[in-house]
Amino acid sequence: MKKTLFDKVWDSHVVRSIKEGPDVLFIDRHMIHEVTSPVAFLGLKNRKLPVLHPEKTFATADHNTPTLNQHLPVADPLSRNQLKALEENAAAHGISYWGLGHKKNGIVHVVGPEYGITQPGATIVCGDSHTSTHGAFGAIAFGIGTSEVEMVLATQCIMQPKPKKMRITIDGKLNHGVTPKDVALFIISQLTTSGATGYFVEYAGEVFRELSMEGRMTVCNLSIEMGARGGMIEPDEKTFTYIKDREFTPKDAAWDKAMEYWSTLHTDEGAAFDKEFTFDGSEIDPMITFGTNPGMGMSITKAIPKAKEIQGSATTYSKSLDYMGYREGDSMIGKPIDYVFIGSCTNGRIEDFRAFAQIVKGHKRAANVTAWLVPGSHNVLKAIKEEGLLEIFEAAEFELREPGCSACLAMNDDKIPAGKYAVSTSNRNFEGRQGPGARTLLASPLVAAAAAITGKITDPRTLI
Amino acid sequence: MAYDSFHTLESTAVPLPIENVDTDQIIPARFLKATERKGFGDNLFRDWRFDQNNNPKEEFVLNNPTYSGKILVGGHNFGSGSSREHAAWAVYDYGFRCVVSSFFADIFKNNCLNIGVLPVQVSEEFLKTIFEAVEENPKTELLIDLPNQKIQINSTGASESFEINAYKKENMLNGYDDIDYLESMKEDIKTFAVNRPL
Ligand code: SF4
Repeated sequence: MKKTLFDKVWDSHVVRSIKEGPDVLFIDRHMIHEVTSPVAFLGLKNRKLPVLHPEKTFATADHNTPTLNQHLPVADPLSRNQLKALEENAAAHGISYWGLGHKKNGIVHVVGPEYGITQPGATIVCGDSHTSTHGAFGAIAFGIGTSEVEMVLATQCIMQPKPKKMRITIDGKLNHGVTPKDVALFIISQLTTSGATGYFVEYAGEVFRELSMEGRMTVCNLSIEMGARGGMIEPDEKTFTYIKDREFTPKDAAWDKAMEYWSTLHTDEGAAFDKEFTFDGSEIDPMITFGTNPGMGMSITKAIPKAKEIQGSATTYSKSLDYMGYREGDSMIGKPIDYVFIGSCTNGRIEDFRAFAQIVKGHKRAANVTAWLVPGSHNVLKAIKEEGLLEIFEAAEFELREPGCSACLAMNDDKIPAGKYAVSTSNRNFEGRQGPGARTLLASPLVAAAAAITGKITDPRTLI
Repeated sequence: MAYDSFHTLESTAVPLPIENVDTDQIIPARFLKATERKGFGDNLFRDWRFDQNNNPKEEFVLNNPTYSGKILVGGHNFGSGSSREHAAWAVYDYGFRCVVSSFFADIFKNNCLNIGVLPVQVSEEFLKTIFEAVEENPKTELLIDLPNQKIQINSTGASESFEINAYKKENMLNGYDDIDYLESMKEDIKTFAVNRPL
């Protein structure tokens, strides 16, 4: 039978299929962090169960951690307590733990690929919805809830009905100034935030083939924002080159054996999908969101749609625009902003900081803008310094912080104040996501950079 | 037994006719710092429920004494966004045992099922009928009948059937959870693991 990439990986991990029920799926890699794991460990303790495969489990601290003065004790007692719980749980169960200050520390979805934990054909889960990031390597990767974290700790398995399959094909060449983030925001704006619910997505076509691994991660990362369980891209030479010789990837004979399996990971010609979408890459512009969900995005040069032009409830729409302080028909270009956040597992990798630097080089931060530059990991931080990007940032009066999730979810002190506008390279513009009352505009690192030096929404193409 | 079992539920409902309610609204990230599963109900819909000085916002439905009950009725695409199970815990801890909507985000739905909150997906039309009935008379009771997979508006008798997969239904009826099941097949899992290449 002809199979899709998704079928191949899923089917080979099914331990048991329950009639009229879910599949029992074996999990190769489980990443955990401080926020969604403590209650799971508590559950294990209550059931008197050990962790079945500590060697397949990896812990990092990221959601709650401060991005300044990481060498000092964490000031917030609740955060400190959560970090301590993770450290103790990891130690008690023999799980490798990359805590605050550890040289491998960083956002879970940034460090996974960096150390080769992420591999093609693997099943990867984590108690964070953007686990879909790892699909960039041809893995099945998705976010889970805490009960499921407990399940995987106890049994290395998860119970899920097999999702339906969707393919999104984009051919053509991307225009100058259009980044992987724009491609993803474009897709979500077309499908809406629930358009792919119940599906697992495969991204196919020239545009995705041409993207770097970092770019593919950005796209797969955002799969969840259209409701998909996850997204994946067929592994190719780029994938193999990226993962080769990383700490946790197979070596020598084991590598050759793995390559045998990996080279089978593609969708068979003629394999069926439950739903297909096709777009033209050359029609995508730099994007920006204007509302309170990631589907409310549009080309940066367009005007905010009128309520009567959109699908869905007009009341919900106007509630959203009210929250943002915008009116239908407004143009986004020229709107003043207050904050810029570059970081997160969506756009906190080295390529994103290079893109940011490309625009800010030779300019100065706009006086009205507060900018938070937060690398996704210590590795990224190191590369920023080694490649001379830090000097560019400092010359332009930007300050670099230490790694973590930071203002992506604003669990630490990095909160955008109420009513302020933030252009963010992260993934969610929900009400209050970046702090109570904060107003988030999702965009690419180029759009964020253009806003950071001009103090308002600016088409980055006018600056490159 | 991992959680309370669920058979039938007869209760008034709390209407929240907003679409795309995301889990950041259900429970904002700053309340995720606990290491135990308790007290999340206090912060359910925190920023819609309270202003910045922690005063209740009168216009929000949870602060309106007219509406109460164990059933929360939400708009299309309920529970999108973050995978935080804390959202489902908050719904449960506040006292809801069932959420009704015309469409649920995947992870939220799973999380609910895993902790014993029943997500009931109805048609767009039936959802509208429920909203209208509850608005007209806040004392309107809904009957959720899990064994027969049926939801009914008691005052009018209008009803609709809903889907739930047989395995999950069995779990809900008995209060079992997935770990109970997986533990029972541990030997199979161990054998499977031996043959995994990664
Ligand atoms: S950066 Fe944001 S989306 Fe990514 S893991 Fe952290 S909180 Fe989740």
